[in-house]
Amino acid sequence: MNSVNQALPLPAELPLSFRGPAPVRTVAGFGFWLFLLSDIVIFGVLFAAYAVLSGETAGGPTGASLFDRKHVLIETACLLVSSVTCGFALLAAQRTEKLATYFWLAATFALGALFLSLEASEFSAMIANGAGPSRSAFLSAFFTLVGTHGLHVSAGLAWLFVMVLQIATLGFQPMVGRRLFCFALFWHALDIVWVGVFTIVYLGAR
Amino acid sequence: MLGKLNWSAIPFDQPIVMIASGTVGAIIFLILALVTFKGWWPYLWREWITSVDHKRIGVMYMILALVMLVRGFSDAMMMRSQLALAAGGAAGYLPPEHYNQIFSAHGTIMIFFVAMPFVAGLMNFAVPLQLGVRDVAFPVLNSLSFWLTAAGVLLVNLSLVVGEFSRTGWLAYPPLSEIAFSPGVGVDYYLWSLQISGVGSLLSGINLTTTILKLRAPGMGYRRMPVFCWTALASNLLIVAAFPVLTATFAMLLLDRYCDFHFFTTELGGNAMMYINLIWLWGHPEVYILILPAFGVFSEVVATFSGKPLFGYRSMVMATMVICVLSFMVWLHHFFTMGAGANVNGFFGIMTMIIAVPTGVKIFNWLFTLYGGRIRFSVPLYWALGFMVTFVIGGMTGVLMAIPPADFVVHNSLFLIAHFHNTVIGGVVFGVMAGYTYWFPKAFGFKLNERIGKAIFWCWFFGFYGAFMPLYALGLMGATRRMQHYSNLDWQPFMLAALGGACLILLGIVLTVVQLVVSIRARHRNRVGADPWNGRTLEWSIPSPPPAWNFARLPVVVGTDAFWAMKQSPAGSGPGGEGAPLEALHLPRGNPTGVFTAFFAVITGFALIWHIWWMAALGLLGVLVVGLRQAWRTDSEVTVLVEEIVAFERRHAKQGVPA
Amino acid sequence: MEMESSAQGAAPGSNVRTHGSRGSYLIGLSYAVILTLASFWVASTDLIYAPGVPILLGVLAIAQMGVHLIFFLHISSAPDQANNFLALAFGVFVVFLVVFGSMIIMANLNHAMMPMDRLMQMQR
Repeated sequence: MNSVNQALPLPAELPLSFRGPAPVRTVAGFGFWLFLLSDIVIFGVLFAAYAVLSGETAGGPTGASLFDRKHVLIETACLLVSSVTCGFALLAAQRTEKLATYFWLAATFALGALFLSLEASEFSAMIANGAGPSRSAFLSAFFTLVGTHGLHVSAGLAWLFVMVLQIATLGFQPMVGRRLFCFALFWHALDIVWVGVFTIVYLGAR
Repeated sequence: MLGKLNWSAIPFDQPIVMIASGTVGAIIFLILALVTFKGWWPYLWREWITSVDHKRIGVMYMILALVMLVRGFSDAMMMRSQLALAAGGAAGYLPPEHYNQIFSAHGTIMIFFVAMPFVAGLMNFAVPLQLGVRDVAFPVLNSLSFWLTAAGVLLVNLSLVVGEFSRTGWLAYPPLSEIAFSPGVGVDYYLWSLQISGVGSLLSGINLTTTILKLRAPGMGYRRMPVFCWTALASNLLIVAAFPVLTATFAMLLLDRYCDFHFFTTELGGNAMMYINLIWLWGHPEVYILILPAFGVFSEVVATFSGKPLFGYRSMVMATMVICVLSFMVWLHHFFTMGAGANVNGFFGIMTMIIAVPTGVKIFNWLFTLYGGRIRFSVPLYWALGFMVTFVIGGMTGVLMAIPPADFVVHNSLFLIAHFHNTVIGGVVFGVMAGYTYWFPKAFGFKLNERIGKAIFWCWFFGFYGAFMPLYALGLMGATRRMQHYSNLDWQPFMLAALGGACLILLGIVLTVVQLVVSIRARHRNRVGADPWNGRTLEWSIPSPPPAWNFARLPVVVGTDAFWAMKQSPAGSGPGGEGAPLEALHLPRGNPTGVFTAFFAVITGFALIWHIWWMAALGLLGVLVVGLRQAWRTDSEVTVLVEEIVAFERRHAKQGVPA
Repeated sequence: MEMESSAQGAAPGSNVRTHGSRGSYLIGLSYAVILTLASFWVASTDLIYAPGVPILLGVLAIAQMGVHLIFFLHISSAPDQANNFLALAFGVFVVFLVVFGSMIIMANLNHAMMPMDRLMQMQR
C-alpha cells in the first residue's frame, strides 16, 4: 500500500483538503485536466485569431462560398458518437473486460479516422481550388484552427493505438487504467472544441 | 542535403563573436575533459542528469540560471559600453546589425533563461519541503521540464557561433520578424528555442499546481500553507493559463515564416497588431509569474528574521490571488500608443492602477511584520529591505505610465527601460538572491559566507541605482530604447554614469562566484544542522541536506507556521507523527527520459532552423521512441528499506538534528 | 482506505455518483444530437430574426459544451469536484478574455488605424 506520498489515517469528518496527499489516480487525473485547460487556451488563441481575421479574405474566397454544411454535419456525428464509444470503452476497462474494451476502442478509432478522412478531403479540395492557407489571412486562420484540431485528433488516434498495445501487453494494471482515463478526458475535450469549431467557423460563416 | 546550413554560417569575419565563442568552447571542453579524467560521469549521470528528485532539479535550474546570467550580463556590459562611447558623431565599436542582436539576446536570455529558471529552481526545491511531502506530483515530467529548458539554452547559445540571433528585440514583433524582412535564421533560432523551453515551462506549471493542490501533508489545509506556496500556486496557475498563448502566437508566426501563411504579414490581410495584442496577453502574466514567487520568498524571509508570524496571512493570500486574476486584465498598457481609442486605453489604464493596490497591501504586511519583531540583520533580510525600497520606486513609475497620456510621452524611451529593470532587478533578482542565500544551507548543509554576501548586496543595490536612475532622466530627456548611437552630447555623462553602475553590478556577480568558491572551501567549518535560521516552516525540520525521501514520516500539521508550532509545543521539536512506526518507502527511480527527449528536441530544433527536413523528422522520431520506451517502463520505483532510514537518522542525530 | 482515496477531492471525470453506467453517456448523446441539429437548423432557416441568429447559435453551443462537461466528463458542483470546477472556471475566464478582449481591441485598432496595404504603399 506504500506509495511515494502516504497519508496517515485521520477522522472522517475532516475536510478533504486536510486529509493529506491524494492518491495517484486523482493526482494524474487532475494534472491531465490542467494540461487540457492549457490546450483549451491554445484553441482560444486560435479562435481569437480566426474571429479577428475572418473578414480578411484579400479578394479571395469567403467561408460561405467554401463550406459544405452537410459534410460538417457528418463530421460532427462521427466525433459525437466516438465520444460515447470512448466512454463505453472506459466502462468496459473498469470492468476489466478485454474484448469489450477492444471493441469500443476500435469503434472510437474508426469514427475518428472517418472524421479525419472527411476533413482531409475538404482541405485538399480547397487547396486544389486555390483556396489554400497562403491565399489570405482568413484562410490562414481557418486552416490553422481547424487543422490544429485535426492534428489533435490524429495525435489522439495514435495514442489510442498505443493504448490498445499497452492493454494487450501489460493488461489492466493501474498505470494503464490511468492512461486510458486520461485519453477519455482528451477525447471528450476534443469534441467540446469541435462544438466551438462547427458553430463559429462553419455555421457562422458569412 | 543540409538545408540552408553551410560554412558561411560561422561568422569568421566577426572577431568579437569568434573570440567569445572560442572562449566558451574552450571552457566547456576543459570541463568535459576534467569530468572524464576524474571519472565523474557515472556519478553525474546517476545522481544528477537522470535524477527526478525535485531538490536536485531545483539546484540544476539555479546553476543553469547563474551561467546564463553571465551571458546575459555580458550583453548588458556591451550595450552600456557602446552607449558610453557612441555620442555625437562617434560610432562606438558595435555596428548596428550586431548591436541589434545583442539587445535581442540580452532580453530573451534574461527573461527566459535567467529569471524563469531561477524562479523555477527555488519553487522546485522549496515547495515540496514546505508542503511536507516527498516530491512533486510528476517527478519524471519535472526532469523533462528542466532538460527542455536546457535545450532552449543550448540552441540560443549555438546561435552565437552557427548563424546569427534575431535582431527583433526580445518579443520579435512582426512585420520585422516576418520572413520578408528577416530572411535569416536569427528569428527561427529565437522561435524554436522558446517553443521548446516553453513546453518545459508549461509542464512545470502543471506539475507544481497539481503538487500544491493535491499533495500536502496531513492536516495542511489551504489556510495552513506557507505563503511561499500560495505565491507559487498563483505563479504556476498563471503559467498554465498564459504560456499556451505564447506557444500559439509563436506557432502562427512560424507558420507565416515557413508555410507562407498570412497571420501577421503586410499583405493578403495579415494584421501585425494581432501579434502584439496576443504576445502581451502572455507578456503581462509573465512578469507576474516572475514576481509572485519573489514576493513569497520575502514573506518567508521577513517573518523568519523578525521572529514573528507574517502579519496578515489572509490578506496576503487574498492579495496574491487577486494579483493572479488581475494580471490577465491589464495587457494593453504595453501598447497604449498603438492606436486603440481613448475608451479602451482608459479601461486598461484604470485596471493597471488597480493592480498596484494588492502589491501595496503586501508591502504594508511586510512592514507590519517587521514592526515589533526581534530583527536579525542577516543577508536574506538585506535583500528584502533593499527590495522594499527599490520595488516601490519601480512600482510608482509603473503607475505613472499607467496613465495613457503620460505613457504617450515615455513609451519605448529609456524611462520604460529603467522602470522594468527597476521592478525586475529590485523584485525578481533581489528575491532570487534572498531565496538562494536562505535555502542554500538547507540544500548543501553549510552556509554561504555572510560578509561576501553583504558585499554582493551592496554592489547590486548601488549598482542598480547607478545604472538605472540616469536612464529615468534620459528617458524624460527624450532618449529612446534600442538605440545604437545618439547625437546629443548632453546625454553622454548619464550614459557614463550608467556604465559605472553596471560595473558595480559586474563586481556583484563576480563576488557571487567568489562567495561560492570561498564557502565551498570553508564548508566543513560552516556546517549547519536542520534549522540554521530558527525557521518557521517544515523544510527546517529535516536534516541539511535532506535525504532523498525528505520526511521519514509525513508530518502532521496543526496550524500555519507548522514547524514553529512544533518547536513551541512541549513535545519537543520533532516533525510530528512520531508515534507511527517507520515503513519502507518507495521513491521514483532516476530516469533518462528527460535528457534523451531534450537531446532529440535540440536536433529537431536545429534541423528546423536550418531547413534540414530529414534531420527534423529523425529528431521527432527520436522523441517518439523515447516516449514509447517510457510508456512501457514498469520498474519506476526504488525501495528505501527501514534500515537505511534508521542509519541515516542515526548519522544525523550526531549533528544535533531532530530525527 | 476511503479516507486516503478521497483526499484532496476526486479526479475529473470520476464522479462516483454518475459514473459507472452507460446511462449518462446515452442521455448526453441524445441532448447533444438535439442541440447539434438545432444549431444546423438555426443557421440555415429564415424563420429566426437574423441579428439574433449568432446569439442563439452561441447559446446552443455553450449548452452543448455543458452537456459534454456534465454527461461525459461528470463535472459537478459537489465538494469533491471543487478543484476541477475552479480550474475549469479559470480556464474559461482566460479563454473569454483572450477571445473577446482580442476582438474588442482589434476592432478598436482597425477602426482607428490606416489599413496595412495603404500603409505599405506609403513606404514605397
